[in-house]
Parts: sequence; C-alpha cells; structure tokens
Amino acid sequence: MSLTRQDVEKIAHLARLSITAQEMPVYVTSLSSIVDFVDELSRADVGSVEPMAHPLDTQRQRLRPDVVSETDDHEKYQRNAPSVQAGLYVVPRVIE
Amino acid sequence: MLHNLSVGELAARLRLRELSSVELTRHFLGRIERLNPALNALITLTADGALAAAAAADRRLAAGERGPLLGIPLIHKDIFCTDGVRTSCGSRMLDNFIAPYDATVVARLKAAGAVMLGKANMDEFAMGSSNETSYYGPVRNPWNTAKVPGGSSGGSAAAMAARLAPFTTGTDTGGSIRQPAALTGVTGVKPTYGRVSRYGMIAFASSLDQAGVLARTAADAATVLKAIAGFDPLDSTSVDEPVPDYPAMLDAPLRGLKIGLLREFFDGLEPRNAALIHDSLKVYTSLGATTVEVSLPHLPLSVPTYYVVAPAECSSNLSRFDGVRFGYRCDQPKDLADLYKRSRGEGFGPEVKRRIMTGTYVLSAGYFDAYYLKAQKVRRLITEDFRAAFQQVDLVVGPTTPTPAFDIGAKIDDPVTMYLNDIYTIGANLAGLPGVSLPCGFVDGLPMGLQLIGPHFSEGRLLNAAHLYQQATEWHTHAPRGYD
Repeated sequence: MSLTRQDVEKIAHLARLSITAQEMPVYVTSLSSIVDFVDELSRADVGSVEPMAHPLDTQRQRLRPDVVSETDDHEKYQRNAPSVQAGLYVVPRVIE
Repeated sequence: MLHNLSVGELAARLRLRELSSVELTRHFLGRIERLNPALNALITLTADGALAAAAAADRRLAAGERGPLLGIPLIHKDIFCTDGVRTSCGSRMLDNFIAPYDATVVARLKAAGAVMLGKANMDEFAMGSSNETSYYGPVRNPWNTAKVPGGSSGGSAAAMAARLAPFTTGTDTGGSIRQPAALTGVTGVKPTYGRVSRYGMIAFASSLDQAGVLARTAADAATVLKAIAGFDPLDSTSVDEPVPDYPAMLDAPLRGLKIGLLREFFDGLEPRNAALIHDSLKVYTSLGATTVEVSLPHLPLSVPTYYVVAPAECSSNLSRFDGVRFGYRCDQPKDLADLYKRSRGEGFGPEVKRRIMTGTYVLSAGYFDAYYLKAQKVRRLITEDFRAAFQQVDLVVGPTTPTPAFDIGAKIDDPVTMYLNDIYTIGANLAGLPGVSLPCGFVDGLPMGLQLIGPHFSEGRLLNAAHLYQQATEWHTHAPRGYD
C-alpha cells in the first residue's frame, strides 16, 4: 500500500469529507492503486518542458469594462439554499 | 417510423406541415414512457414543458419561420442547468437543486425552437466510464441490457440508441461523449476546447470539459453543433472565432485527404476490433483518401496524466459544494466543520469522493511537483506529439474504445481498470482537440466506434469525413432489437 490509513484520513480532512470507518479500507486500497498507477509519470523524461495549464496556449484572459451587467437575483438563487434568514445563509454558530 | 428519421428529415416534414411539433413530441414522450423504465436513460421528464414548447414551435412554423431545429425534440444531459427544472448532475448532492438559469447550450437550443423532453442520466458529476456511478442507478445499454452504455454521457447515448429523441447533448472531459456513443452505436462529437460555451455546464475539470452532441448521423451533429457553438462572454474560456457553416461543408470531396493511423491505438487491440478499423480505412481509401501510419510516442502516458490533472481540477471545482448555499445539507450538524464534512461525505458518492481525494493528494504540499506539475509537463509532450502528427496528416484515426460494452458490475470495484477504458479518448481532451466517434461495425452483436481526431477547430473537416463515411456505409442505421 503506497498510502496508509493515516494518509487517507489526512487527505479526507483536507478535502472536508467525512469517511466512515466502514468505507475507509476501500479508499486506502483504491487510492493506493491510483497513486501507484499515476506514478508511471515519474518515468517520463520531461527535460525543461514548460507545464501546460490550458489546452489553447494562445488564449488570453479577456477584460471587460467595469460596469454593472447583472441584476440582483439573490432571492431566486437563495431558493436553493438549505437555510436562509433575512437574505443571509444560516450556518451553525461559529463564534461562541 | 418517425423515431428513425434524422433531424434533417424531421425538419423537412415540419416545414411542409406534414407533421406538427406537438405530434412529434407526443411520439417521443410515448416512447420514453414505454421504453425508459428498462433503460433508466432519463431521470427527469418534462412532458408539460415539452408540449408547451412544441406548441410554440408550431406557431412559429405556421407564421412562416424556418430553422433546422425549430420544433425538433431533444434530451439534455443533466449536467446542463435548465431554468426551473431540477439539474442533479447525477448526484445526491444536487437531488434538490432547481437551476435558477439556463446554460448557454440550453438557451441557444431553446432560442432555435428545439423542444426539451427531459434530462438524461449520467455518471455522478460526469465521473465515470460506465454510467454506474449515478445516484439514480445505472443506465442500461439498449443493445444488451446486461451491459453498460458507457459514460459519463451514458443516458444521452442510451436514449439515442433507443430512439427516445432525435438528438441529445453531452459533455466530454476524457471521452464522455465519444466512448458512450461508440458503445451504443451512435455518432458523437466532442468539439475543440472552447468551441462551445461551458456556462451553466456543471464543472468537473475546467481545462478539459467541453460540451457536444450525440446524434443519429454526422449531418445531424453538424446541424446541432452549428446552433450551439460560438463565442459566449459568460464563459471566460470561450473562443472568439467565427463558427463555420458545418452543414455546408459535409459533402466536400475527400480526394487528397491524408489520414494518419495511430500506431499506439493498435498495440494490444483485439484482432476483431482492429479489423473493423482497417475495414473503415478501406472505405476512406475508396473515397480518395490516403493513409499513413503515425506515432504519438507519449500517448501511452495520457491516462496517468489525465488521472492527475482531472482529479486535481475536480477537487478544486467541487469545493463549492459546502452544504451552505445550495445542494445537500446533513441533518443536525454540530458545528461548521461537521456541516461541511458530513454534507460532502453524505452528498457525494464513492467515485466522486475518490476523485476529490486523489486531486487533494496530488495538489498537497510535498506532492504538487511530483504529480501535478509533472502531469502538466507530460500534457504538453502529448500535445506536441499531436501537433507533429498534424504536420504530416489532416486527421488521425483509431478505435474509440478497446472493447465493446462490458457487463454492468464488471469493473466498478477496480477504478484503475475502469480508467483504462478511456485510453483512446483522453489524448484529445489533454490537447484540446476535436474528436468524433461513429459506428463502424459490430463485435459479438455489440457496436464499436471509429474515432477521428483533428487539429484545433477542424470540426467541419471531421464531420465532412464522418458524413461521407456514413454515405458509403450503413452501420449508423442499425437499431437495437425492440427499439427499431
């Protein structure tokens, strides 16, 4: 196993995912096999190749005039929220 | 029968008023009601909206308006936001999500007068190659319901094969249009990265995702692609290039076309599957094309490269699902950390969680250079291989998949084996190239696909080559038994 249970617990915490004790062994095995598989990349000779972040190298981010272009639709968007009060999203208390 | 006609043939009947859009829409709604329960290809039916849209299209037709998609029904992959209609992305996370706006693809087809029948099942967040990761259960392949239809656009592909709509939409991040099109015997087009707007298309891997079409024929795909392609200021990666008149390019002669046979695609390919591709090449040489073998030496690294880049981008994109603003929220969170973790842990299925964790790992401190940066470098080498090939040839061909459709359950417990299904399709995504899959024969009664890949923005030439192949063959006309 290239990853231990502790490794996977740490990754799950970084990703903010609860993983049950029952699920954990499956992830340790499958994530280890994926990491072993992508380790094939370590054999590639990449020399001084520039990393490629975008498939169309010539494309540049566009700028637009800094003017209001959208209407305020927050009520419509908040209809999908689990809990809203006075136009604000409600979450468990963060500061006691 | 109406459901075997192409978009072009249906549009002609609508124009001549031999058929109304309402009649056509009722025909397909009836088929969906009868045939979908055995396939699970659609997860949302919008019958009332469809009949209203069809009636509106009929009024436009009666007023003399003309359009190649006016009054033509379709099914959208459930990854596209549809205003006022549930958009689940195949996930429990979005089971309760009513999209508040239309994706640009949806808006453009709506404006063209196309009629949405419903939303197609898919792998959860488009992560899968078999349509088994959907929260709503697997989609079954109409050619053999014990088999997968491929994925992630498996519902769109199965719906096409079962003649539940004249065309469907799909998305392709690592093969998710071309692979299911191949496994169900339909025509699928993945355009150049940036050709079709991604606005309102739920993001998986933003440097790879692209929207496209599944259709009965390359000619139909050309009609639909022309309607959805083009610049969109709402998508920062949308390309501001004019859209060619794809349907007008379909009949250009292939004399002098140089086709490259991808050597790496034939390594280890089963002889019967390879024979179908060689038969297809004979069709092309009879149409005046020449073929030469080409090699992409870095292509064998495309699957590991993809399974670093795509999960990395997915882990970032899916961080928006936090149980706060939309989507699933766990019961009784004890604090904010618990709300995040349990909402995500319970809302996402196993494959999505696996990809998020893979991505989190390859981006984490100490591993970033060895995995993510390395993969981005190999990605450039693969892209350069394609560029070099396109200096010798106009397009490259090979199989779309290594095998025909496999059994439901056969690979779901072994992610790496599942990932290797995409071995022939991923290269085009890494390089941002357009690709087409078209039916080219059968193995054990199951369809196989021929894949054409061209340089950036060569959709017109690819569809032209696919169309003339379909004029010379009849593989694309076969329907599964019981769905003809």
